[in-house]
Amino acid sequence: MKFTYFPGCSLKGSGRAYEESLLAVCKQLGVELEELDDWNCCGATAYMAVSERQAFGLAARNLALAEQQPHELIAPCSACYMVLKKTQKYLVEYPQIGQEVHDALSRGGLKYAGTAGVRHPLDVLVNDIGLDAIKKQVKMPLKGFKVAPYYGCQIVRPYADFDDQHNPVLMDKLFKALGAEVVKYPLKTRCCGGSLTGTLPEAGLGLSFHILREAQRRGANVLATVCPLCQFNLDAYQRDMSNKFEPVHMPIVYFTQLMGLAFGMDAKTLGLQRGIISIEPLLKKQEVAA
Amino acid sequence: MKEQSNGDIRIGFYICHCGTNIAGVINVKAVADYAAKLPGVVVSRDYKYMCSDPGQALIQQDIKDHKLNRVVVASCSPLLHEHTFRNALEGGGLNPFCLQMVNIREHDAWVHEPGEPATEKARALVRAAIKRVALQKPLEKKETKINRDVLVVGGGIAGIHASLTLANGGMTVYLVEREATIGGHMAKFDKTFPTLDCAACILTPKMSAVGENKNIKLWTYSEIVKVEGFVGNYKVTVKRKPRYIIEDLCVGCMKCVEACVYKEGRTEDDFNEGLSKRKPVYMPFPQATPPVVLFDPEACIQLKTGKCKKTCVEVCDRKAIRFDQKEELVEINVGTIILATGFQTFDGKRLPQYGYGVHPNVFSAMQVERMVNASGPTEGHIKLKDGSQPKAVGIIHCVGSRDNRTNRWCSRVCCMYSMKLAHLIKQHTDAEVFNFYIDIRAPGKGYEEFYERLQEEGVHFIRGRVAEVTDWAARKEEEGRLVIRVEDTLAGFVRRIPVDMVVLANGLEPQADSQDVRRMFNISCSTEGWFLERHPKLAPVNTFTDGIFIAGCCQGPKDIPDTVAQAGAAAAEAYALINAGVIELEPNTSYVVADDCSGCKTCIPLCPYTAISRDEVKKKAIINEALCKGCGVCVAACPSGSIYQNLFSDEEIFSEIEAVIG
Amino acid sequence: MEAKVNVQQSGNGKFEPRIVAFFCNWCTYTAADLAGVSRMKYAPNVRIIRLMCSGRLDPQFVMDAFAKGADGVLIGGCHPGDCHYVEGNYKTLRRMDLLKRMLKDLGIEEDRCRLEWISASEGDKVKSVVNDIVEKVRALGPLNMPGKFKDWDKEIEELDGKVQAQDEEQAPAHVA
Repeated sequence: MKFTYFPGCSLKGSGRAYEESLLAVCKQLGVELEELDDWNCCGATAYMAVSERQAFGLAARNLALAEQQPHELIAPCSACYMVLKKTQKYLVEYPQIGQEVHDALSRGGLKYAGTAGVRHPLDVLVNDIGLDAIKKQVKMPLKGFKVAPYYGCQIVRPYADFDDQHNPVLMDKLFKALGAEVVKYPLKTRCCGGSLTGTLPEAGLGLSFHILREAQRRGANVLATVCPLCQFNLDAYQRDMSNKFEPVHMPIVYFTQLMGLAFGMDAKTLGLQRGIISIEPLLKKQEVAA
Repeated sequence: MKEQSNGDIRIGFYICHCGTNIAGVINVKAVADYAAKLPGVVVSRDYKYMCSDPGQALIQQDIKDHKLNRVVVASCSPLLHEHTFRNALEGGGLNPFCLQMVNIREHDAWVHEPGEPATEKARALVRAAIKRVALQKPLEKKETKINRDVLVVGGGIAGIHASLTLANGGMTVYLVEREATIGGHMAKFDKTFPTLDCAACILTPKMSAVGENKNIKLWTYSEIVKVEGFVGNYKVTVKRKPRYIIEDLCVGCMKCVEACVYKEGRTEDDFNEGLSKRKPVYMPFPQATPPVVLFDPEACIQLKTGKCKKTCVEVCDRKAIRFDQKEELVEINVGTIILATGFQTFDGKRLPQYGYGVHPNVFSAMQVERMVNASGPTEGHIKLKDGSQPKAVGIIHCVGSRDNRTNRWCSRVCCMYSMKLAHLIKQHTDAEVFNFYIDIRAPGKGYEEFYERLQEEGVHFIRGRVAEVTDWAARKEEEGRLVIRVEDTLAGFVRRIPVDMVVLANGLEPQADSQDVRRMFNISCSTEGWFLERHPKLAPVNTFTDGIFIAGCCQGPKDIPDTVAQAGAAAAEAYALINAGVIELEPNTSYVVADDCSGCKTCIPLCPYTAISRDEVKKKAIINEALCKGCGVCVAACPSGSIYQNLFSDEEIFSEIEAVIG
Repeated sequence: MEAKVNVQQSGNGKFEPRIVAFFCNWCTYTAADLAGVSRMKYAPNVRIIRLMCSGRLDPQFVMDAFAKGADGVLIGGCHPGDCHYVEGNYKTLRRMDLLKRMLKDLGIEEDRCRLEWISASEGDKVKSVVNDIVEKVRALGPLNMPGKFKDWDKEIEELDGKVQAQDEEQAPAHVA
């Protein structure tokens, strides 16, 4: 299977562990990813709030480029995924926006017919590749891992195209297949605060804190995400949260990193050393068990 | 124009202003002038209200004065007044089927802008009607007798009331109910709003009355499987499911239940909404009518495996148990049918954010009705799943109602029953009660006063559509409890309200098999699935199928007073037909002109009423007029054109087509 | 050559299609009444003829409508499964399949003849279907079969005249 790969700014920067683990895992599963040539920033949630029209134009450029490729487009970052998907849908549903964006694109010598969409790697790996193929690759089951599967908001709101909107289960199924214990977690789709941790910390910090505390209360010893901003919000501020609210301590990983660990790959390949809260103690548990 | 035996065609044309409904859009005088010049028209008038007495008198006078033998009335829809004007013709001494109506109100004035196009359309339609009416022939009215027996489908309060009304009037009523007892949803309630009458106290006397009434044949645990025939002469097949008990022998002592080899019930009790369990042999509920037990073939060991001690048989003095009982199909003949099949409640699982089926202390309103009921599974105590009493209860309105994602309609009774439950919960516990609403709908007699009373009792009313019910705690006081997250729109901020118990005010929806049922009876339903009334204001209990009436919630959500009123209305409609003894049928039947028939047999399999048969001697098709319903399918199919239809012959329709184009 | 063209034009010179509709009494005619009661406004180009059942529709009605000058024909019946007479609409469906093929062979565009299932409560569907067919037929332009018949008759007449003239040249004149 081959896909056109849209990394987005985060996966080349603070979220590079996501790219490292995604590429490693895809290689193992025989999924080829070809990075979209000359991709640009999707604008994320920030630009959409500032100027919708221009944000659509920015995102549409990537779709126009992707449309020239024969394969489907994958965007791992949830914000990129949501913005690209929203752009595709709005351009079709609202001809006025569509017209303006098409005009802008044509000035850059591009056009977008509305056929190129975007998929999330969680969808592709679990639904297309399938749990059976993934199970075959598991060499070191994740014994001792009690995972809180955290989906975040942007892959289920407003579009829940590949999983249930209120109670998504793809990660739950995936981690069970990897041999881990999955805790019952009610805050699966609660917002982590996104950019608010920077702009309005008194609001953002609280949102992320609740996600961590509840995961702890439910017995989790690791939390898995699908989005680089979620990972950052939950990973980087645990000391501030502990000072302000209550002590929280939990390693935050990408779902692809857990897949890689189960496949027997080493921590460095998967970028696990980049996490601020270390996952070392858990890795020791896994080794002992294996 | 065809010649009549008594001379030429003499048409009277009348165009109605209908106040300004028609005249405000169409130039009625111009149309009258136009019609006056058309071949055959001897008098052409416009008048303000043709359907009124003076309007009809106008036609009758003209019939005499001008020796009219055809009449065209351009006004509202024939579905509304064809009958009125046919009677007017008859009163004037002219055959009622020499009338043609032109629909220039519903199909023209009401749907187009005032101006020349609307008037031109009226002219075209009038021209077509005038050409057509000349070809219409006088016809004899068709009558059929009405069988005096009535079938009532559904034994809830609507079916019960309709049955009693008719039975007390001397009619024989077959009351067929799917469950093992009558009573419907009302039997599950504790108190009814706003008077807080005990539901059982007002219902059970009626149920007993049904059981004792000699004119009511009560067939519970039975379903309708086939309906044939037409108004006055319905032939209905009823499937009587096996209880494995001889109904006439069982006295309801319930010794068999006590003696059952199962010491405890293992099957979820439907009547108690899954809050308790029952044994394989059971009485549906203590006041069941008929007071007869039944066996559940899925749970009873004897019925499943044939190997049981059968302690039940040992203790039954009446020898009423029969494990070899089989399902029976019975045919009955009735003249009219009343459908009172009720509703089902919305399944809370469809809204996962409310946690029904996930969090143990989220209940449906019906479950709470059973809890609050003294003869229910908790003997009237409001209990959480762990047996303790709740300190705070949240009642969420509009679950599965007023919701674009599930059901768009308002279920009409939930605000009232939610308030009733709030009151009862406060009475039975010390709990604080919160009602979360969008609007409080309290339109009935005493309803608004009930709302005020609830506010005085200290129930908290929070205006906001609940976003979610969750079990994760943000603050200490939420730990171990359920939290309701809602925007309090009157206060202007989002609130988290910790409660111990959540009650979902589930809305009403059509029964799961309502489509199958209504197709079986050949009636229509609305887009939402409720059975369709003939007219929302003027004929709420009639359907488009003569002889079949609807009553109660199967027609749309409503409270008990309205349900009983509709049941009475349906009974009255049925009784009116029965008392008249005969009903006039449309004479638009088809007939074969034998000389032209080639005996090709194309028509014979087409008739759904098997009205067409083949005369094997003459080798021609022949139509039984009594069975023909006038659909015209055979007419269209006949290759030699030898089948004609009264009022809708090829000739008449071709003339309409030609003239309407112009 | 153009025979007398009997084409409707509105005040602003736009072509106004003439569409004949056959509606079944129990569903579509009732829905049209409902549209009226609800005061839904739609294009005035449709003239409704009432039938008891769409199964009464003889394909000849459709052919005759076109032959007499209709630009479009709309047929309305109950949804499959809901026919008041049980199965009349299934027969309509079968006939329409054949009729469509025949119309195609005759060169009459598909959009001119349309079958729609409209139930008694779908007043809004009557409005949207009428508006839609009017616009589609307007875009196709007038069909004008009567005009075409006249043209063809005239052509035949002329040819006939020519053939007769030829015959008389060659054949001896009749002896009185």
